[in-house]
Amino acid sequence: MKERKGLIIGSVILLIIFIGMLIKGEPSKSILVWIAALLTLFIYSFLYRDNIFYKFAEHLFVGVSVGYGISVYWQNAFIRKVFDPLFITKTYIVDGQFHLWPLLAIVIPTLMGLLMLSIFTKKQAWLIRIPIAFVVGMSAGISVPSTFQAYIFEHTKNTLYITLSISSFIMIVGVITTLVYFFFSKEHKGLLGKTANIGIWFIMIAFGASFGYTVMARISLLIGRMNFLLYDWLGVIK
Amino acid sequence: MGFWEKVMRLDRRWVFFLIALAVLIPFLKPLRLPISVTKPVKDIFDEVEKVPPEGPPLLIGTDYAPSTAPELDPMLYALLRHCFATKRRVMLVALYPQGAGMAQAGLDNVLPEFPEVKSGMDYVFLGYQPGIGSVILQMGEEIRRVFPTDAYGVSLDSLPMMEYIHNYDDIAFMMDLSGSSVPMLWVMYAGARYEQRIGVGTTAVSAAQYYPFLNTGQFKGMLGGLKGAAEYEKLIKKKGYTEARKVATIGMDAQSIAHLVILFLIIIGNIAFFASKSHRKKTKLTSG
Amino acid sequence: MRRKIPLTIAFVFGIVMIIQFFIPHPVSRDFYQTMLDWRIIVIAFTYILAVSSLIRIHINKVRRKKTGWGFSYVTLISLTVTAVVGVIGGCFQPTQITTWLIEHFNWQIEQRTVLMVIFTYIQIPMGATMFSLLAFFIASAAFRAFKARNLTAIILLLTAFVVMLGRVPIGELITKRLPEVLQLQNIVEWILNYPNMAAQRGILMGVGLGMMATALKIILGIERGYLGGGD
Repeated sequence: MKERKGLIIGSVILLIIFIGMLIKGEPSKSILVWIAALLTLFIYSFLYRDNIFYKFAEHLFVGVSVGYGISVYWQNAFIRKVFDPLFITKTYIVDGQFHLWPLLAIVIPTLMGLLMLSIFTKKQAWLIRIPIAFVVGMSAGISVPSTFQAYIFEHTKNTLYITLSISSFIMIVGVITTLVYFFFSKEHKGLLGKTANIGIWFIMIAFGASFGYTVMARISLLIGRMNFLLYDWLGVIK
Repeated sequence: MGFWEKVMRLDRRWVFFLIALAVLIPFLKPLRLPISVTKPVKDIFDEVEKVPPEGPPLLIGTDYAPSTAPELDPMLYALLRHCFATKRRVMLVALYPQGAGMAQAGLDNVLPEFPEVKSGMDYVFLGYQPGIGSVILQMGEEIRRVFPTDAYGVSLDSLPMMEYIHNYDDIAFMMDLSGSSVPMLWVMYAGARYEQRIGVGTTAVSAAQYYPFLNTGQFKGMLGGLKGAAEYEKLIKKKGYTEARKVATIGMDAQSIAHLVILFLIIIGNIAFFASKSHRKKTKLTSG
Repeated sequence: MRRKIPLTIAFVFGIVMIIQFFIPHPVSRDFYQTMLDWRIIVIAFTYILAVSSLIRIHINKVRRKKTGWGFSYVTLISLTVTAVVGVIGGCFQPTQITTWLIEHFNWQIEQRTVLMVIFTYIQIPMGATMFSLLAFFIASAAFRAFKARNLTAIILLLTAFVVMLGRVPIGELITKRLPEVLQLQNIVEWILNYPNMAAQRGILMGVGLGMMATALKIILGIERGYLGGGD
């Protein structure tokens, strides 16, 4: 009863504010902006309670996202990399001469990709392992030297650039103690334990900074939507 | 139930209402708080200024989805305005399918301000290809192998801008806009293997974790969150490159007030917690 | 055989790509570029699996009349309409059909294609709004759960406080008249560039070592999770 009363009062207040903004502002004349604003409000209705408007918007979003993905994959990936080279530009025919390897270089990965569809069969479903193994194996191989260079070597090198300053000392202590904290092969006792404890403090500082930044990020997302509603839709702000 | 216990049990919808007000009111009554520019943002600005006009392009990676658009779109618009106003060439690429849509939406938003800017001459939009790491690596060898045409189906060989551009050697600077870990892949593959100069525009969530890359120089600079976008808008406005509406800057007042409100809520929450804890202890002692 | 063949493929391509990194010979580079092309084409097919999985879930929901089955129609219809519009009408470049429709019905759209209209006015607003809900939830969570129960929580809380204040204009305004070393924005920059950076670097190096270890385990066939269950 109390909740229903609160809901009615809240709705009336919001309606008054909305009508006031419509009168004072320059609402958009584009039906598309109104549709976008309506869907935005449908999603925000979840803040009060889960309801059919939110569910409708959520399911619409999923459908549109996947439909968009299908279109982009079709146009950008299949047409550009498979269909066009095979049937339109025919990259395997150079100066009127047929070359087998350029044709195979398109056909073989296409067949491998089609093996992915074997998951829909019962007996041949194991064939999907072949393209997956190819992708996973290649990814693993490509990543090893690059990871070492980008994540380990560069950062070790920079940590060892020692200068005579407290900040530099703090930086080295922080890196070493953090690494010690994540060393779980030995129990954190004695000197190792004390070092790991210092590492925890540095990690807490990093997490605190991350939390502060995360709050900033989330609020920014809300600011973006508020800007859309007040500027693009209602035209209340400049 | 004591006052502080009531506070602890406050319906969260009141907190939502407070946050909504904290963001709404500064939009209606702007404070126009001054914004100072930080070094990581200035570094990005300087890197883009170093890109020669009508020369090798700035490569922008729009590797984000609509979920992070409020933070990253202002960065994209500011970068595009900076380049188009100063006749710097731009190449856009997306490693996410939605990123391609974000890039096109960005172009649709900014291009009307620059009617003389033409696709194929002043900018090239490559579109999307799956494979992230493979795409980054293949662009280091030959861009045409992974993108035989631009996103509009026009062969790269027929585009005037692409005449001398084949790989990272022909790209002045790379700016990745992303809310995920894709910038680290750019560093791993384009930076480590091909020594491409890279800058990052990222959401505030990821900004803190990229400071080690700033320190090593693997990122030449960083635009972090809406504040980073606001700082960049300030820099390009100061140089007179654009008079467009500064979306990120307008939002900073709301950001300030919302942060104060959240800090206030944390303080009140802690006071309520400790007060009700000591109240429960006292009650236990007197009854026990 | 059903596990040996994929394990062999992963091993061969993994080792070859590691070795290739160190061989700049043109034959090696040609092979490397070809393999990258293949990887791009194979990965494109994975989206088919994702889409089919989603369609199957919603068709099942409708068939068995599970809770909220009516909304599955919304998903399926919107998916079909958007996909048809995009494939037939073009993604970023309008096809002849789209051009004819725009001219014939005198559509006044700012975007090049109907797919971009759907993306700009439906997908972007809804995607952005979904995630903006987190602003409310993080405020509620901060109020309820962020308690300074012990020393580590206090360090975390204090750092969050300083960063949240120092990264916004109002924080800069509060400490404007103090000496530079005590100004909030400079304190925040120092925290981010030194203690935060040190811990993030330690975590990053740990992640890098983990990534390399996992990659080597996959190549050597020790890690076989990607093969799935069964024989």
